[in-house]
Amino acid sequence: MDLSLRINGSEHVLDVDPRVTLLDLLRERLGLTGSKKGCDQGQCGACTVLADGRRIVACLALAVSYDGAEVVTIEGLEDHPLQRAFIEHDAFQCGYCTPGQIMSAVGYLAEGGGGDPGAIREGMSGNLCRCGAYVNIVAAIGEVA
Amino acid sequence: MRPFAYSRAADLEAAVAAGREGARYLAGGTNLVDLMRLGVETPERLLDVGRLGLDQVTETGDGGVLIGAGVRNSDLARHPLIRERYAVVSQALLAGASGQLRNMATIGGNLLQRTRCVYFQDVSKPCNKRAPGSGCPAIEGEHRGLAILGHSSSCVATHPSDLAVALTALGAVVHLAGGRTVPMPGLHRLPGDDPSRDTVLEPGDLIVGVELPPPLSGPQRYRKVRDRASFAFALVSIAAAVDGRDGVRLALGGVSHVPWRCVAAEEALRAGASFAEAADAELADARPLRDNGFKVTLARNLLVRTLQDLTHT
Repeated sequence: MDLSLRINGSEHVLDVDPRVTLLDLLRERLGLTGSKKGCDQGQCGACTVLADGRRIVACLALAVSYDGAEVVTIEGLEDHPLQRAFIEHDAFQCGYCTPGQIMSAVGYLAEGGGGDPGAIREGMSGNLCRCGAYVNIVAAIGEVA
Repeated sequence: MRPFAYSRAADLEAAVAAGREGARYLAGGTNLVDLMRLGVETPERLLDVGRLGLDQVTETGDGGVLIGAGVRNSDLARHPLIRERYAVVSQALLAGASGQLRNMATIGGNLLQRTRCVYFQDVSKPCNKRAPGSGCPAIEGEHRGLAILGHSSSCVATHPSDLAVALTALGAVVHLAGGRTVPMPGLHRLPGDDPSRDTVLEPGDLIVGVELPPPLSGPQRYRKVRDRASFAFALVSIAAAVDGRDGVRLALGGVSHVPWRCVAAEEALRAGASFAEAADAELADARPLRDNGFKVTLARNLLVRTLQDLTHT
């Protein structure tokens, strides 16, 4: 099925099976492996991307239903303040959840999310970190909020 | 995931016709796509109803609000009309799922999401809801989070929606394509001997909107008790709305196959009962399972405490 997407500013016209998720399309077809596959069930947030400016979990998004969408992945950020803040605050250990954390935080801030630690924890509850770097993640987001 | 045909609905008439012929409706996909990957749902044809323009929130002539079925959970939660006049709806939405999922999930789809009972979601296990007649391992198995009210020997599942609890308390009305309406409570059904059906809807019954009645005069509250502070389903939740003329409207979540309108408690309060007496009246018929008796106490305390909070007593 034909599909048109604008991904990180570039137009892509693709022929995809309806079963293909946006996450698999990004990773397997386009080589954009920054978005991670964690649970593949919408529970961990490692696959978080922006679609038309809103954060979503790409693992539960059938690519065909996003025809025409503007998608931004971690590869589409360039020296974003959140990226610098994550480094500054040592907001990761293994780094696997980090692209999803950062994209989710971009979405959280775009939604008007504030810097109160409680609000950040609630707003970021869709992103898990198995290393438990939450304290520093909250601090990094709080600095940018 | 099994192969399926995908197409986009051109208009409501085409969507209804396709639904009657067995197509499944796809909106946000947050539950359906997950269940398709697990093999729980195996539709041959998906009809995407996400571009039918059902994404508006409009005031109705009588002072109520009509919410398009395709409105995203996050958009409705922060809509000024909802936050100002139907706080319990906004609070319920924000108590559910995560920021990412709320951006994808729709109001119509939210009402039709399936139970999170672990046996329903595991195709290697029997489940009367998924495979009618195969049995219910939850009755003797893992059922800490499952029903205490209205369940049957066939199914002890709970309905997972927070929004549906708020809508049930307020007495919302579900609008279907073609003009038919279904009141809440009344959309969802108790399991009885046919738990495969969650709702009264038939194939082709496409939800196009949810109508909220004119706002009530008193304070409202949605409160959700769960095993962690965020991004978890309710053990027990409550939607409460004070109505100056008619007492208080109450519904419980996490306790039954349906969002549970507290008819007995409301009647007891109107008759002058104390909060504790009203809660006891509601839970008199509770039949907890081996491992979820705590939910009866939890529901009772939640009812009493929420009523105290809303009335400042």
